[in-house]
Amino acid sequence: MTRRIVLKTLTYLILIALAFFFLLPVYLMLLTGFKPFNEVDLKTMWALPTTGIHIDNFIAGFNQLAPNLANSLKMVIPESILSALLGSLNGYLLAKWKFKFSNLIFTLILFGMFIPYQSILIPLVKFMFYIKLYGDIPGLVLVHIIYGIPITTLIFRNYYAGIGTEILEAGRMDGASLMGLYRYIMFPLSAPSFAVVIIWQFTQAWNEFLFAVILTNQAHWPVTVALNNLAGSQLVQWNVLMAATFLAAMPTLLVYVFLGRFFLRGLMAGALKG
Amino acid sequence: MKPKGFTLSPPRLILAIILILVGAISIFFLSHTTINFTGTNWTSIGLLASGLIFYTGVLVIVGMFENETMLSIALLLPSIVAVAIFVYGFIGWSIRVSFSKWKGLNPDYTWVGLKQYYDLFNHDPRFVIDVRNTVVFTVLFILACLILGLGMAILLDQRVKGEAVFRGIFLFPMSISFIASGVVWGWLMNPATGSRTAGINLIFQSLGLKSLISLWTTTKQPWGMAFTVIPAVWQLAGFTMALYLGGIRSISDDLREAARVDGASEFEIYRYVILPLLQPVTLSAVIILAHMSLKIFDLIVALGKGDIRLDVPGIYMWTTTFAANNYAQGAAIGVLMLLSVAILVVPYLVQNMRSETEL
Repeated sequence: MTRRIVLKTLTYLILIALAFFFLLPVYLMLLTGFKPFNEVDLKTMWALPTTGIHIDNFIAGFNQLAPNLANSLKMVIPESILSALLGSLNGYLLAKWKFKFSNLIFTLILFGMFIPYQSILIPLVKFMFYIKLYGDIPGLVLVHIIYGIPITTLIFRNYYAGIGTEILEAGRMDGASLMGLYRYIMFPLSAPSFAVVIIWQFTQAWNEFLFAVILTNQAHWPVTVALNNLAGSQLVQWNVLMAATFLAAMPTLLVYVFLGRFFLRGLMAGALKG
Repeated sequence: MKPKGFTLSPPRLILAIILILVGAISIFFLSHTTINFTGTNWTSIGLLASGLIFYTGVLVIVGMFENETMLSIALLLPSIVAVAIFVYGFIGWSIRVSFSKWKGLNPDYTWVGLKQYYDLFNHDPRFVIDVRNTVVFTVLFILACLILGLGMAILLDQRVKGEAVFRGIFLFPMSISFIASGVVWGWLMNPATGSRTAGINLIFQSLGLKSLISLWTTTKQPWGMAFTVIPAVWQLAGFTMALYLGGIRSISDDLREAARVDGASEFEIYRYVILPLLQPVTLSAVIILAHMSLKIFDLIVALGKGDIRLDVPGIYMWTTTFAANNYAQGAAIGVLMLLSVAILVVPYLVQNMRSETEL
């Protein structure tokens, strides 16, 4: 009996120690962010603020990143919605209207989500330049939608595969066509998957760096590129940097905190087990 | 076989003609002018939209044939074409560039065979460092994620109170960008000494644990590279845990109960019943984690801030192509990265496809 209690205590101690490790970076960002400027000092970086809570650092960080936060929003909102619509259509067709090569086509599409984007970067840049979509947000949106096709198709296909065919056959009896079945039966049933895919694409595009840094010019930098630039700058104090980093991470963190259930499902879909 | 007839429906035909005409006229219009709106050039997006309107008209006509396979393929076609160009076409183009001697702003497709690859492996110390760093990173990253992930999953499987809270804490870093993570961890793993001591070293110092004070990523290589794994593990150990926890929870309680009846201890149940059954989970986890680490890029950009000792192929490709204009070499690095991932992922995808086809 005592052995069980010892084990139980040990379990909690390890879990709490791990929790500290996982929370440490967020603690540092928040702690630094909420200190007044005059208390910022490397020696006391782990100490709690002594003169109450201030948001000077967050304001300074926001001033640095505001245009880029706006750029990221402008990119991510249309991107995640259009991605989800396209993925839903693809998923429906590949799950419920199988033709001879549909599994092969699906697998070939799926491969696109694993490739290192360095292997397509040179043609991509040349191509985007050629079609005059280089440098600005719309081009970045298009690129994210296209390279998002594999994962969005995968999530929707797995979801639709789980919906029985009986309901579709009933719809066919009533004379519905391929698109009719989608519009009146499948689409209304897809809300949970739309949540998963929109959240997934939102998070991915918000956090993405390579396409953003290569395909946009400075005026249209999303927040990841601006943050990286800020971190490399000698002119920005570390306290402002910590607060700015928190602001850059906040949208996806909030999504995770409030909609974590859906986020997790997108994550698991990436492991291919539908 | 379904009947393959054709039903002419006048309203649908009129709709199709209107869509095709609207699409065609706007394509014609847009190819002779440019649209600028709120400082952005929308011409190409407009052309793309017009093309889609035109294609919708075509789809309406295809829909009048009573052949749903044809309609299904026609509806998939835009995505298939996009992936064919942006994934497979561009890979082919990159491979072609990697066989050239294109260096400089103007394309030069002069064929030099495998020279770029040969030079990378034989005359390029930087690439040798990259390969070594990738191996160090990949091995340590996967091992740490698997051990920590499995450990956390087993601990959470012990009917602990507040399981959901712990799970949430272990998983949230996954939602943060590699850039943000790299910036914060860069500060936590600050190697400065003396009065500039900061971050985790400062905690060690104030706790009197001077021996733990570390040079972090500036330690003599390759051990410095090993420290770059810490933020990556911070972000993905929770994901590995979630995979394992899902696997453990899908093992039926009856099986555990049977082992218990046979006199197995809790430890033996994990060792002989649960772990063997988790092998497929481990395989999935290894493939997902390995493909991430083989193409690791943004985390090292933010963490290493250009430190050549922490260089990885992803960064080398980026700088040699877009800073040094050495396109051929950049393409060769990109293709090598693709190969390393493909060796891992293609068998997995093929196996996945086979098992799907059997269903």
